[in-house]
Amino acid sequence: MPRQWRDRLAALMMKGLALACVALALSISIALLAKSWPVLSACGLRQLLLGSSWHPRQGAFGCYPFLIGTLWVSGLAMALSIPICLLCALYLSEHARSRLRAAAKPMLDLLAGIPSVVFGLWGMLAVVPVVRWLGWRAGVATTGYSVLAGGVVLAIMVFPIIISVAEEVLRKVPLEAREASLALGATRWQTTKHVVVRAALPGIIAAIILGFTRAFGETMAVLMVVGNVARLPRSLFDPAYPLPALIANNYGEMMSVPRYDAALMFAALMLLAVVLGFNIMAALVLRALERRLA
Amino acid sequence: MSHISIRELHVSYDGHPALKNITVDIPDRQITAIIGPSGCGKTTLLRCCNRLIDLTDGAHVSGQVLIDGVNILDPAVDIILLRKKMGFLAQRPYPLPMSIYDNVAYGPRLHGVRDRRQLDQIVTRCLQATNLWEEVEHRLRSSAAKLSVGQQQRLCLARALAVDPEVLLGDEPTSALDPLSAQQVEKRLIELKGEYTIVLVTHILRQAKRLADYVIFLYLGELIEHGPAAEVFTHPRHTLTRAYLGGEVS
Amino acid sequence: MEARRLEEAFFRGLMALSLLLVVASLASVLAIVLLKGLPSLTWEMVTQLPRGGYYLGKSGGILNAIVGSLWLGLGATAAALLLSLPLVCYLQREYGGASRLAYLTRLSLDVMWGIPSIVYGAFGFALMLYLGLRASLLGGIITLTFVELPIMARAIHEVVKMVPPDLKEASYALGATRLETSSKVVWRYALPGVFTAILLAFGRGIGDAAAVLFTAGYTDYLSRSLTEPVASLPLAVFFQINTPFPRVQERAYASAAILLAIVLLLSLPSRWLVRRWEAHLPR
Repeated sequence: MPRQWRDRLAALMMKGLALACVALALSISIALLAKSWPVLSACGLRQLLLGSSWHPRQGAFGCYPFLIGTLWVSGLAMALSIPICLLCALYLSEHARSRLRAAAKPMLDLLAGIPSVVFGLWGMLAVVPVVRWLGWRAGVATTGYSVLAGGVVLAIMVFPIIISVAEEVLRKVPLEAREASLALGATRWQTTKHVVVRAALPGIIAAIILGFTRAFGETMAVLMVVGNVARLPRSLFDPAYPLPALIANNYGEMMSVPRYDAALMFAALMLLAVVLGFNIMAALVLRALERRLA
Repeated sequence: MSHISIRELHVSYDGHPALKNITVDIPDRQITAIIGPSGCGKTTLLRCCNRLIDLTDGAHVSGQVLIDGVNILDPAVDIILLRKKMGFLAQRPYPLPMSIYDNVAYGPRLHGVRDRRQLDQIVTRCLQATNLWEEVEHRLRSSAAKLSVGQQQRLCLARALAVDPEVLLGDEPTSALDPLSAQQVEKRLIELKGEYTIVLVTHILRQAKRLADYVIFLYLGELIEHGPAAEVFTHPRHTLTRAYLGGEVS
Repeated sequence: MEARRLEEAFFRGLMALSLLLVVASLASVLAIVLLKGLPSLTWEMVTQLPRGGYYLGKSGGILNAIVGSLWLGLGATAAALLLSLPLVCYLQREYGGASRLAYLTRLSLDVMWGIPSIVYGAFGFALMLYLGLRASLLGGIITLTFVELPIMARAIHEVVKMVPPDLKEASYALGATRLETSSKVVWRYALPGVFTAILLAFGRGIGDAAAVLFTAGYTDYLSRSLTEPVASLPLAVFFQINTPFPRVQERAYASAAILLAIVLLLSLPSRWLVRRWEAHLPR
């Protein structure tokens, strides 16, 4: 009967699509690896990762400054956002009335939807001058385009991700848990600290890792405020040159210099590797935690 | 002598009355059972005694609940000390997400006990009092979630005892347990009644008959009858009580 | 005793402060971009193409970027939708839900969700070279589809997961096939969620600069076919802010305001619409 055939045909097509999806994920890694092969074979992984000199026209592709720059900016963003986001999520789940919570959701959605360039623009207008002024007060010469500016802008960009995931996990902790603690004479904060956060810990860590992967790969906003100077930053007021910015800034020239395109593809490959690595780490950490707590 | 005195207690949820004008004294160091059909306010009454009712949105409480002469419904009262005095057993046992040892030690630690030996003593004593000690003494550090439901409820009892309460409140503490575990919990409660005032909510009449020294019968939020268990069960004065005990109303 | 109360009050204050900080950041971003951008927003900007010397301060507008972004967004969102629906359908239990392939698919979607859009840009570029395409509308659409697919698939999957199994059972009990149940019953239930997913992905696609940087090119004209380069709003903002002319920079703010307005227009009404829709669903 045609109905049965249609059903089976549809199921087959869906299966094919699923296969294609998995193939896509794999082919991204393979393609990037293939395209970076020329520079990998010419310079070797060690030189690429740890070399500090970046002079494409002379064939030097040391990515170390960019790696470190990325880590500085993302690290700062996480250091700023983790405490703020956790406290905010705790407030929303434990103390806020339902009206406040309902009002907060669309605000977080809005924050999540603002395009990267708009954040970058805001960063140029609002954050960079402040950093310049702070530098002046601290006696440091800076243009304002710095790790600090990048970290602040990036932190705000990851707020909605961490807060919404963390809040969801916290709300899932059953009411009985809080009651059990309060019935013993605990204050609300003690209950939150010892029981709620503990019970929600795997999810909270997942939220943080999610935020970090987003921060790591963010391109436009950071590019516009971070200075893009290929040197190892020595302080928060120094400029940096994160990997995504490197790729974005130089794509125009990459075809004219030999192996430049392969080097940029390698940078993209590194970003991919970090994201994959964090995904795996997150899954492992979550499994270990869940085993310990439950 | 009455430990807990309830005077003209009114509770309503979002305008719907749940308890109407309850006035009763709960005797000291006895097991008092609050019985009645479901939805008649038994749990509400219990939760007023340790102010857990505060956690319910839309609950409006008036009247007095006097514990040792102090009205605990007064906003100026120290809730933390109050809750320390009132141990609470919920219907479904909820072990805190920590080890067995930490579960029992949680309460004492909250209230300032830091000394390791003291904590060890408290944990041992409370686990022994609930007859859980032999079953868990070799795995105190393992997660409490791995215990069976019956063991978990006994753990919750040990946890409640650890803060040295005067009163134990139980909200149908055995209804989620298998018969064997329920029996064990009931035995512990009988053993404890000499030292603590115990108030139990139960919808199982046979349990009330087994355990209660004093009975409070609620129906649709109103206090119908109360008195020593022997009297209420054998010579109920109110027709509703008779109907409930006879199984006509449930 | 007092220490505990103090600790409680202190952290409660800190928590409220954090919420305030987050709200303040949102307000600051919206306020500054709109305040800077709206004054420079003229009718001319929205309706005209850049004339010669536009980037030096002469007249014209960014119609090319507005239309270009809309084409890119529509194309990518449509493609992502066409791909996500069958994918998510497959992940249901009655299809492949418990199979190895489904597990791998979910894993792939999770991984792809986390891949930064610049990596998609690089991959898209490599793909286009391989296929012999130039930087064009098609290239941009393909790359943006990669970006939007995991977002949309995840959002739709969340909704489909929440369809009550009783509902599906009722359909099967009447003799419906899997395809009929999915396309007639599940779809209707999931519709508000799918709608939200579409808006979410569209907003994300329009705002993405890194993915289209290499793959869509840029042009001062309205692109007339899939194989021509196309302008996009995020890149328009970027190029305009990077010029040394204040007049052009002000236009950058205005362009950003337009972009922000489009995204706002997408996300706010969607919530209201979804709530109205959901009122009609059986609970």
